[in-house]
Amino acid sequence: MSALQLNDVYKSYGETEVIHGIDLEIDEGEFIVFVGPSGCGKSTLLRMIAGLESITAGELQIGGERVNEMPPSQRGIAMVFQSYALYPHMTVYDNMAFGMRIAKASPEEIDRRVRSASEILQLNEYLTRLPKALSGGQRQRVAIGRAICRDPKVFLFDEPLSNLDAALRVATRIEIAKLKESMPETTMIYVTHDQVEAMTLADRIVVLSAGYLEQVGAPIDLYERPANLFVAQFIGSPAMNIVSATLAKAGKISTVRLASGNEVKVPIATDKELEGTAVSLGFRPEDMTLITGKAKALIEGPLSLVESLGEVTNLYFDLEGTPDPLVAKTPGTGDFKRGEHVKFTADPDKMHLFGADGRTLLR
Amino acid sequence: MEERASTIAGGLAATGPVAAGAVKQKPVPVIPVRANPLKILGLVLGIITIAIVIATFVALVVYSLIAAVFPMGPLINASLVVILGVAACFAYFFGTNWLLDRVYPAQGDAAVANMAVTAQVRPWLFLGPAVVLLGLYLVYPVFNSLWLSFKDVNGREFVGTANYQWLFNDPEFRESFFNNILWLLIVPAGATLFGLLAAALTDRIAWGNFAKSLIFMPMAISFIGASVIWKFIYEYRGPDSEQIGLINAIVTFFGGDPQAWITVPFWNNIFLMIILIWIQTGFAMVILSAALRGISEETIEAAVIDGASPLQIFFKIKVPQIWGTIAVVWTTITILVLKVFDIVLAMTNGQWNTQVLANYMFDWMFRGGGDYGRASAIALVIMAMVIPIMIWNIREARKDMT
Repeated sequence: MSALQLNDVYKSYGETEVIHGIDLEIDEGEFIVFVGPSGCGKSTLLRMIAGLESITAGELQIGGERVNEMPPSQRGIAMVFQSYALYPHMTVYDNMAFGMRIAKASPEEIDRRVRSASEILQLNEYLTRLPKALSGGQRQRVAIGRAICRDPKVFLFDEPLSNLDAALRVATRIEIAKLKESMPETTMIYVTHDQVEAMTLADRIVVLSAGYLEQVGAPIDLYERPANLFVAQFIGSPAMNIVSATLAKAGKISTVRLASGNEVKVPIATDKELEGTAVSLGFRPEDMTLITGKAKALIEGPLSLVESLGEVTNLYFDLEGTPDPLVAKTPGTGDFKRGEHVKFTADPDKMHLFGADGRTLLR
Repeated sequence: MEERASTIAGGLAATGPVAAGAVKQKPVPVIPVRANPLKILGLVLGIITIAIVIATFVALVVYSLIAAVFPMGPLINASLVVILGVAACFAYFFGTNWLLDRVYPAQGDAAVANMAVTAQVRPWLFLGPAVVLLGLYLVYPVFNSLWLSFKDVNGREFVGTANYQWLFNDPEFRESFFNNILWLLIVPAGATLFGLLAAALTDRIAWGNFAKSLIFMPMAISFIGASVIWKFIYEYRGPDSEQIGLINAIVTFFGGDPQAWITVPFWNNIFLMIILIWIQTGFAMVILSAALRGISEETIEAAVIDGASPLQIFFKIKVPQIWGTIAVVWTTITILVLKVFDIVLAMTNGQWNTQVLANYMFDWMFRGGGDYGRASAIALVIMAMVIPIMIWNIREARKDMT
């Protein structure tokens, strides 16, 4: 039985529809990450699951039971907010105990749960402090502790790391991963726009764009087999290069001709009827190789920007007929100059072909 | 009054020449960054004096010239004085600023040092008139009252603590003191409570802003005006004539006997307090409404998920978060209540056991010949009650701001 199920769920604000029919099934104990650009509806969807936003149409089930009309507190969920949302006038202990006190739990039970949550999150020495006397990372842990105390079936995180600085973000991310390991039964849904968080934490990633569900899958699946152009460009950093091209010859192995006239044989099967149509050829920056000398290049152009990161160097170069510069990742550092003419090949085995509608042409 | 005016004038005259001398010495090219405080004081007083004298002089000359050329009625006369007064204020700020920049120009070799000095001097120039006026109208009267409270009816003979001894044995003072305490307990609590309710409820309805402006409107009415309105509500005509008071109209409609409400001992105090609550609820509502809106929406959502009911959210999440603001509103109204005067004067003038301290002081000072000593003693009692609350209020308000 699935822990949580969305059946054709819609959300409208008046005339404006923001979530356009989402179907999703989440298994018990899964770590699901909703990812997408700002305004894609990921937070709205999470808030609908929490019960903070109403569901315009469709059905939401938690534990096999319809909960559309159920108040948030009875849905068996707990939520960690972006701004922590701690009660500023209560101590750490009272923050965690508040929900149970409202539910009229016995003081012994409250104490036991607060102690065990603060044990897990190493908050023992802060229990009597007010939130304002804590650092950002500690506040976030209190917020997580408050959620743990609710003993939820489903844990909801709304961009919990976006208010932390870079170093703390990594540390807290690892803590959340450990927390998930220690609670294998608990389902977690995590909203973020940071794809590193998504890739590292998720069992399955849900990619959303403009209120539509683009693709659901394991992180590596999304990376290796994006379902469409959007997912291809959203997952991976720097983003996948997309070049417009023509399908010169269809078949088990497709021949793709670029605007420059260069051709490449890609091991992707295509229909005969697509022959001669426009396609998009995608290849990741990390699958490209810089070549020198006389060797034949697939693509070439003048360097427009060099990002030296130490372990890799990102080379941005302009390709005629493509508005945005393409990117190649080369290992190590090198002596590159702006304007210098660079030539690349790319691994055909790792290329992606997209039809005119943006859908991926499958292998 | 005359004595007071002459000392001030003397003070100004005395500082004049000294300060003017200091100004003349100034235009030396290099000045140390940390200028001598005495020199700065001299400079400040000098510039203030020069600017005030010139501005006042010019304003008076202009006024006399216009008055000589056009004969004026009182209305035009008053308008002219207002315009000239404002112009003189502008001239003061503009003139002092100009003068300072001439004495310490922000250019040349000493520009940096000069700017350091002007940065220290300028605030005092701009604050100067306010400090002087506050001293004249607030600080001086406090000490004068303290002094007078140890003197006799005419403020001539020293009588020691006789006025205070009289005070503590005077039944009407006790009544006023008791009534003031009653006001203190009921009005701030009532106004804050109703204000909080109004703030919370008007935020939840579509016509909330309209309701808010209705509730706020009494704030714009003077206490005397409000008292006149409420006089009609409590109005009593003899048992045989028609009742035009709102409450008596309602009472007689339900078959009751009309009453002279503001003469009913003890309860008439409450009836007067209702007027002030009616006025102050708007104030409390506006401040508390702003505070309620400042509460982070996410803490409320967190409480919703924690299962709190709307009532629990209000009392356990919202109210504790605006506790500081509630305290400031409460004490602000408390200070106002301690000074309550107009309403009592207009409604009962202290009759039927409704006397309060401010009105009692007014009685002793301005009715029946006047008694400087006793009136001052009462005034000091009021001040002694206000000051601790005021200090706490200011501290709390500052804490809220940071």
